[in-house]
Amino acid sequence: MKKNSLLSKLISAPHIVWAAIFIVVPLVMVVYYAFTDRNGDFTVENIKAMGYYTYVNVFLRSLWYGIIVTVICLVIAYPFAYVISNLAPKTQGTMVMLIMLPMWMSLLLRTYSIMALISDTGIINSFLEAVGIGRIKMINTPFAVILGMVYDFLPFMILPVYSAMTKMDVSLIETAYDLGANKRNVFLKVIIPLSRSGIVSGATMVFVPSVSTFFISQRLGGSKTALIGEIIESLFVKNNNPHLGSAISLVLMVLILICMFVMNRFGDEEEGAVMI
Amino acid sequence: MENKVIIQLKNISKSYGDEKVLNDINLSIRDKEFITLLGPSGCGKTTTLRVIAGFVEPDGGDVIFDGKKINDIPPHKRQVNTIFQRYALFPHLNVYENVAFGLRLKKKSEEEIKKTVGEMLELVNLKGFGKRNVDSLSGGQQQRVAIARALANDPKVLLLDEPLSALDLKLRKDMQVELKNIQKEMGITFIYVTHDQEEALSMSDTVVVMDNGMIQQIGTPQEIYNEPKNAFVADFIGESNILDGVMKEDFRAEFSGHTFQCLDKGFGISEEVDVVIRPEDIVVTDYEKGMISGVVTSVTFKGVHFEIIVDIDGFKWMIQTTKEQFVGDRIGLDIDPDSIHIMKKSEYSGRYGDYSTFSDEIEHLSDVTEE
Repeated sequence: MKKNSLLSKLISAPHIVWAAIFIVVPLVMVVYYAFTDRNGDFTVENIKAMGYYTYVNVFLRSLWYGIIVTVICLVIAYPFAYVISNLAPKTQGTMVMLIMLPMWMSLLLRTYSIMALISDTGIINSFLEAVGIGRIKMINTPFAVILGMVYDFLPFMILPVYSAMTKMDVSLIETAYDLGANKRNVFLKVIIPLSRSGIVSGATMVFVPSVSTFFISQRLGGSKTALIGEIIESLFVKNNNPHLGSAISLVLMVLILICMFVMNRFGDEEEGAVMI
Repeated sequence: MENKVIIQLKNISKSYGDEKVLNDINLSIRDKEFITLLGPSGCGKTTTLRVIAGFVEPDGGDVIFDGKKINDIPPHKRQVNTIFQRYALFPHLNVYENVAFGLRLKKKSEEEIKKTVGEMLELVNLKGFGKRNVDSLSGGQQQRVAIARALANDPKVLLLDEPLSALDLKLRKDMQVELKNIQKEMGITFIYVTHDQEEALSMSDTVVVMDNGMIQQIGTPQEIYNEPKNAFVADFIGESNILDGVMKEDFRAEFSGHTFQCLDKGFGISEEVDVVIRPEDIVVTDYEKGMISGVVTSVTFKGVHFEIIVDIDGFKWMIQTTKEQFVGDRIGLDIDPDSIHIMKKSEYSGRYGDYSTFSDEIEHLSDVTEE
């Protein structure tokens, strides 16, 4: 028994060291910077500063975009995952690989390729001009930012939902039909509730990076659609103010945690509501 | 027992690719009847059930329910409910909501739902389990919930697809009795699928023996046991010695080098037939006195009786006797006329009924293979 615990300690040691250096230490540093000023003295001014500036607006915009992107991803991914899960097993494998394929490329490359498509002199606009419709302003609009995020994060929604659906027992669906449910009711009362775990984890995996991304909005959005990630980045890199940057990061983290909590609660409550 | 026919299958056939799973099935099921589809895995019994439930569309033939053709009616509009082999309880709902599932779809009032669910849970002895999570229940309890859920829908016919096969032996026996009681109490038709012949015999009003997508025999449990139609039925239901014989004339059959008196008639003069003799119907006597005689090659104590294998001119017979015998003993055997059952030759002749390769293990193995 003792041997075992020593062995398991040895095996888990690298992981613990890794986690300490790259997760715990940065977190502590963020908290430290957020509550100190340039002289290293304790202060809450950084947190307070968020009320003054336009940060509130940026925060709200980031959360709002995150919600929109999550909803759009869900709306696209859900039927998609449902269709895939009903295909022949071999075709399913191919489809899953096709979904993963873009993820093998860097996020930067994918974002640049979107730029190449939708910029003012990009592929789409050149085509539209050639056929006489004329250019449409796409880049540097909220549309472009959301498009980029949906494109980049969609696989993170499809895969967990798909996996939840493949785990579903077919006889449950047959039972629902057997008990008198039509297609719509089978979907609403059995398929959706049973894939809820997939929806919640998919939503988490899309929402969190959507809220905190800076690269996509920087490239595709321009200054009017600045998101909180961009502000944090410029505070660290350009304005050399890691204290305010850390404070914003901390608040963002807390906000995301609250959102996650609400989302999970929402899942639970749905179950409760059906039970009553 | 002569109730009206509630379900009729007419010339039902179904193929998956080249494989014919149902081959011209004709079956009439009466109201309030407990009918069992019995056969080995792959015989088409579950497919037949799914045709009735509406999950499988037959390639040919008609399904008649209460005088109306229901081929095109989807499962959710049929007045039948199914109990699946693995219970299929909704994991996101508690016991109460599982049972209430069908009632809610029918938009019953909350009061009515409460009343029906309460009655159903009481019927299956799960009173007070309403709030429980289905995952916290034992296999037997889960199956009871599945039964309550199906019955809450007030079906005219309940379809049961090997509902007890996942339970252990003791529980299975209890549930057999309970199911039979529920069927009597509710007064509805049960169509029961199983590969367990004992289960079929003890529960059913009518047994339908199937093999190879075809119905081999329909009859009461006693008819099926005492007057099997062919070697397959004789072998599948209980233990049988099946021998090649010749019908000398009415009431006289020759096999194993001896001419026996029997009660069968209507065969051609010197027609070749299959002869069935159940192991428990053979009387062991002294070597010199028996109608036929042989050497004991194996003895197994079974509690109630000994199961012995006797070699008679190269054919191994199984005999159940309460008198202990020993390997190597030479014994005589007597067979009464009413213990002999004569069958016409069929495609199954010669494939069953010889115990030369018999072992308990093989029996058990074949029990486990499931569809």
